[in-house]
Amino acid sequence: MLSFIAVLIDGTIYASWLFLVAAGLTVIYGVMRILNMAHGSFYAIGAYAAASAIGWYFSDGTGSAGMSFLLLIGCAIAAGLVVGTLVERGLLRFMYGRDEILMVIITYALLLILEDAMKLIWGVNPYFAYQPYTALGRSTIAGLKVSNYDLALIGVAVVVGLALWGWLERTNLGKILRAVIHDREVASAMGVNVRRMFFLTFIIGTTLGTLAGALTAPSISVVPGIGVEVIVLAFAVVVVGGLGSIEGAAVGALLLGLSRAMAVHFAPQFELFVIYGVMSLVLAIRPQGLFGRTLARKI
Amino acid sequence: MRLDKTELALVGLAVLLLLGGMVAPGWLIFLVTIALAKALVVQGVVMQMKAGLVSFGQGLFYCVGGYAVGMGGPFLGISAGLVLLAIGVVAAVGLAMVLGLLLTRYREIFFAMLSLAFSMILYGVLVKSQELGSTDGFNVNNWTLLGQTIAGGETATHVVFLLTVVAAAVVAFLLHRYYRSSVGMTCEAIRENEVRVEYLGLSPRWIQYANYVAAAGVSALGGGLTALAAGHVDPDMAYWTTSGEFIFIALLGGTGSVLAPFLAAIVFSLVRTYAIEFVPHAWQMILGFTLLGIVVFLPKGLWSLFTRHRPEAPVVPAAPQKTSTGGAGA
Repeated sequence: MLSFIAVLIDGTIYASWLFLVAAGLTVIYGVMRILNMAHGSFYAIGAYAAASAIGWYFSDGTGSAGMSFLLLIGCAIAAGLVVGTLVERGLLRFMYGRDEILMVIITYALLLILEDAMKLIWGVNPYFAYQPYTALGRSTIAGLKVSNYDLALIGVAVVVGLALWGWLERTNLGKILRAVIHDREVASAMGVNVRRMFFLTFIIGTTLGTLAGALTAPSISVVPGIGVEVIVLAFAVVVVGGLGSIEGAAVGALLLGLSRAMAVHFAPQFELFVIYGVMSLVLAIRPQGLFGRTLARKI
Repeated sequence: MRLDKTELALVGLAVLLLLGGMVAPGWLIFLVTIALAKALVVQGVVMQMKAGLVSFGQGLFYCVGGYAVGMGGPFLGISAGLVLLAIGVVAAVGLAMVLGLLLTRYREIFFAMLSLAFSMILYGVLVKSQELGSTDGFNVNNWTLLGQTIAGGETATHVVFLLTVVAAAVVAFLLHRYYRSSVGMTCEAIRENEVRVEYLGLSPRWIQYANYVAAAGVSALGGGLTALAAGHVDPDMAYWTTSGEFIFIALLGGTGSVLAPFLAAIVFSLVRTYAIEFVPHAWQMILGFTLLGIVVFLPKGLWSLFTRHRPEAPVVPAAPQKTSTGGAGA
């Protein structure tokens, strides 16, 4: 019973993290049809920005935990706006209209560039930002000690998910975006500035990536290479859920999070295997993912 | 058997390399060996690219080929180098025959992602299990070639070099024939328009399948040779960034000729050796900008630099010529 609850808690926490990481990826793919390999780098940039800001804020020994949370989120948004603008204006807008698979390769090139750019800016030594994590303390659920920061992460994931859903389904702008998702050309014929929508989407997707990184920074040591690890996990989530679908990403994250937690508790050697195993299984049965749409083949 | 220009160039280059191997310094021989072995893996990527598929998981078969060589000694007690290479190829082909049944149903990014997932599964299994060497992998030592024990050092370097050049030349020769065979040509037709190939009464899926399985075997051979040359295998061979490197080399060379991947792999290795020496933290950045440059300015790869000035060969007269010489392929 105890291990069942442990699996449930661990799984939900991990799932929230997965969802935060994958949300930006799926939004960008949904609107722009770009499977963004550099999304992991956005995550890493967010983590680095947050870790160096937190380190600076606490460097003189004072500083309140409450402010540090605002700092985390502020850093993420600032980093997302800057990086998103640079990448979209400087590179991607020249590449629109190319094959999806070519866009994968282009964003892969971007990943290589950003990985080294981070090494040049932040060096190769680890950064730590544990203060917000320890400040919240722990609580005891059914005899298990759980970090409050991790529990708060669940809340953040739910808020982000609902906000994205509400934005797409309940606002005017969301309606326009759905028109672009549905048919880019017709939307553009109806007077939608598709390129502006792309820019907006990319900024939001990037910011979601940096936000995930900034919120993760307090619970890890920020080192080179974290983005490369994260991107394949995010792929697994969005592919399971169906590329471009927000609710798909949520379900995919839960499925993978719980499966992984189960593996960690009962068969630790299968920890990594289980994530890609589930992904392959879902794809074998439903190639378009759980919430994906099937597309007609064109001659 | 009449040889065309590419085949003559292939034989000539192989002989030149073997002659050069007698005088070249050890480090250069080692570098070229690794480059040629990796180029074989890249040939597997290119085979699929010609059929319109981009595999982000070719590291899977690279790793299988390498681990067959690494594990053959401690697990099976086999030390014969050629047998170890053969085990790797057979294992990879067997695995590809199973995975191919599923993978050939997918195209575009779905194929890319699923092939990536499979190679990450192998990575995950290797890293987490102590019996399979965990993150340390295995050392490859004391293997034999035709009954002769190959000690480490200079001799080993030269023997692997010889083996790799011969293997690369033979595989390239067969691949060149394969690309001109009817199956090889159909692969390109599938890339252009799959549904129309179906309308012609062919099954793109089974052609993709055969192509995928063959590519796996070629890549595994590259992995096995890399293991013999480097003397070590580790799970990073299956990590997705390794597969990314193969795609990079494939795009760098282009799909224009069977020689292109070899050229690209040697350029890649040379540039990397110097870049890591002089700008260790900007090496990937150089790669990234180069990749963007290729995609934008040289979409057909470095090889197009050699061919673009020539007028395009007329399409219609070329066809009967090709059917008269093709026959040894596939």
